[in-house]
Amino acid sequence: MAQTTLAKALNNGLRAAMERDPKVIVMGEDVGKLGGVYRVTDGLQKDFGEQRVLDTPLAESGIIGTAIGLAIRGFRPVCEIQFDGFVFPGFDQIVSQLAKLHYRSQGKVAVPVVVRIPFGGGIGAVEHHSESPESYFAHAAGLKVVACSNPADAYWMIQQAIASDDPVIFFEPKRRYWEKGEVDPDAEPQPLFASRVVRPGSTLTVATYGPMLKTCLAAASAAETEGHDIEVIDLRTLSPLDLDPVVESVRRTGRLVVVSEAPSESSITSEIAARVQQEAFYSLEAPVLRVTGFDTPYPPSKCEEDYLPDLDRVLDAVDRSLAW
Amino acid sequence: MSVPQDWIPPKAGVQESRPSREHVVAGLKATDEGDPELVQLLTPEGERVSDPRFDSYATDLDVDALRSLYRDLVLVRRFDREGNALQRQGQLGIWVPLLGQEAAQIGAGRAMAPQDMAFPSYREHGVAWTRGIDPTELLGIFRGTDHGSWDPKASRFHLYTIVIGNQVLNATGYAMGQKFEGKVGEGPDSEATICFFGDGATSQGDVHEGFVWAAVYDAPVVFYCQNNQWAISEPTERQSRVPLYKRATGYGFPGIRVDGNDVLACLAVTRWALEECRSGNGPVLIEAFTYRMDAHTTSDDPSRYRLADELELWKLKDPIERVRVNLVREHHVGQEFFDEVQAESDELAARFREFCENMPQPAPDRMFSQVYAEPSPVLEAQRAAYLEYHASFEGV
Ligand SMILES: Cc1ncc(C[n+]2csc(CCOP(=O)(O)OP(=O)(O)O)c2C)c(N)n1
Repeated sequence: MAQTTLAKALNNGLRAAMERDPKVIVMGEDVGKLGGVYRVTDGLQKDFGEQRVLDTPLAESGIIGTAIGLAIRGFRPVCEIQFDGFVFPGFDQIVSQLAKLHYRSQGKVAVPVVVRIPFGGGIGAVEHHSESPESYFAHAAGLKVVACSNPADAYWMIQQAIASDDPVIFFEPKRRYWEKGEVDPDAEPQPLFASRVVRPGSTLTVATYGPMLKTCLAAASAAETEGHDIEVIDLRTLSPLDLDPVVESVRRTGRLVVVSEAPSESSITSEIAARVQQEAFYSLEAPVLRVTGFDTPYPPSKCEEDYLPDLDRVLDAVDRSLAW
Repeated sequence: MSVPQDWIPPKAGVQESRPSREHVVAGLKATDEGDPELVQLLTPEGERVSDPRFDSYATDLDVDALRSLYRDLVLVRRFDREGNALQRQGQLGIWVPLLGQEAAQIGAGRAMAPQDMAFPSYREHGVAWTRGIDPTELLGIFRGTDHGSWDPKASRFHLYTIVIGNQVLNATGYAMGQKFEGKVGEGPDSEATICFFGDGATSQGDVHEGFVWAAVYDAPVVFYCQNNQWAISEPTERQSRVPLYKRATGYGFPGIRVDGNDVLACLAVTRWALEECRSGNGPVLIEAFTYRMDAHTTSDDPSRYRLADELELWKLKDPIERVRVNLVREHHVGQEFFDEVQAESDELAARFREFCENMPQPAPDRMFSQVYAEPSPVLEAQRAAYLEYHASFEGV
């Protein structure tokens, strides 16, 4: 089967969703002629026209806010936020309106808006281009938050997010955009809001998502050479968290390391650590350990190697857990 | 609420909801023939012309002043080109070129008094130059060693702002502070603020809110919009239905459009606007009508969205060439002067390059530095743990 990059898989997924449903529209800055700064929307305006692929004015509150209005009218907008750090001008619309309309109207108004956000570091960019803001969104009740990690998931998850009647904040691991993988358009996709065991193992569980999956798989392979059999779980969905597979895994392995690029304080990784110790307390042989970015603003890019969890930091946590 | 069930999406290419690029180029051509609203003191052919509204702000601009402005323009362009080249050679992660916008920036920057404050966006290398910031100070941002190394308080040039339009409210608040402290009015220590942003930025809510605040508090702030025609791939008409300077009227302050490739006009109009602010008549919106001659950044590919014609057209309005022609034709400045400036610019570029190539890699400690003004025990612990972990690799 042909190998597809993650960016192209998203492009194909968007195209499939747009072909299937004429109410699906794509909107954002530079998504038209330019095809987005990462070319995820490449060619869509050419094929679907200017009213289905909207080059919007440069205003994120405007993008999200009008998408909400379009959704109320029956459209299914897919908004592109150019970079993680630029979502905040639109944050008010996301948390005040997008997250709450269904609840406020007691189901009379659905807002099936997808907000696509390229996230995470590792591309040597200037500030505001490398952030991991997912925990802010997971904290807002009413939003669903997912993160893809590979081309096949990207292809399916974007279509499932668009088909969902709930607002979905859709995180794309930008440093993995150019990585290739197989995408089978005839396969039966995994449900959207479910985590998945990507690598089975028995000694220790690593739970992660998005850009860190690749790092964790590499760490698991490295640990194998030292005789450790590590299970790796791709969370895929951050809100609602599909924690059962993680808890089930920890019951078998007795150890959990949670890995994320985001700062650790009050984050998705803290949530996982809290809940796993609650649900699998008697199975744990060691405390749940976390490997994360630091509680600093994202640093200048020459410091990213220090900031971002890498293979060594994951292995270090694995060793500390095993040594408990 | 009913949803029209028979809604059929329009086919690609059927709806041209906006003017074509050809049309836009034709519109830009029209400004060559003289937009009556466009303030100009030096034509693209290098001819000094009069504008009765602003002549009084340019009376001191004699041959020496012109030479000095020429020098600014050439030096700034030179290190900008060097920045671009350094990115291509892998020395910088990215560069944001200012090519084409030198006059808009030097004119505005040289209009400022030392006590005035500037809030830049991220392309204002020319304004930084006029604030006495050494160009090497700009390198850390683009090489990834810092987020801006100069002291914004000492230089009265705030840090670069990447989030579009974010700085406009901050500039307005700063200007409100100048007013609250009684620094507005007649007198030598009166102050004003100038805030730089692009045409795309005018769509942001923050910019709109900044205009509202500035108006209702009579804040002494000059909003300086460099309309370089493009917000990455989106032309100005994707942001507004009216010329941007005309928007000011709706907020209750004057808006004016100046030829952004004419350094004299930019200087005179900004002097006027800053004086309006210093004396308490602000705010003012200036739209410097110019053109981004290069890519948006070194990561951008403008051939995907704009026409070569357009570029050719704007080349004829080059901001440096017209000053050079004027110096030669009207002031008989000889070749030695131009050679001197050329030599100086080469030296600057070489120094800029050498500095860049020798910038040290930040130590891991840098990451934790100055997150808070007061110590944070949690972060201190993180720092100590990481440094210990890091040290464990030494000698491995
Ligand atoms: C809030 C926000 N959204 C998106 C971006 C990405 N972005 C960077 S520059 C740019 C275009 C800016 O155009 P304009 O305001 O006209 O300024 P110019 O770069 O042309 O000087 C965009 C969309 C950003 N930096 N900040």
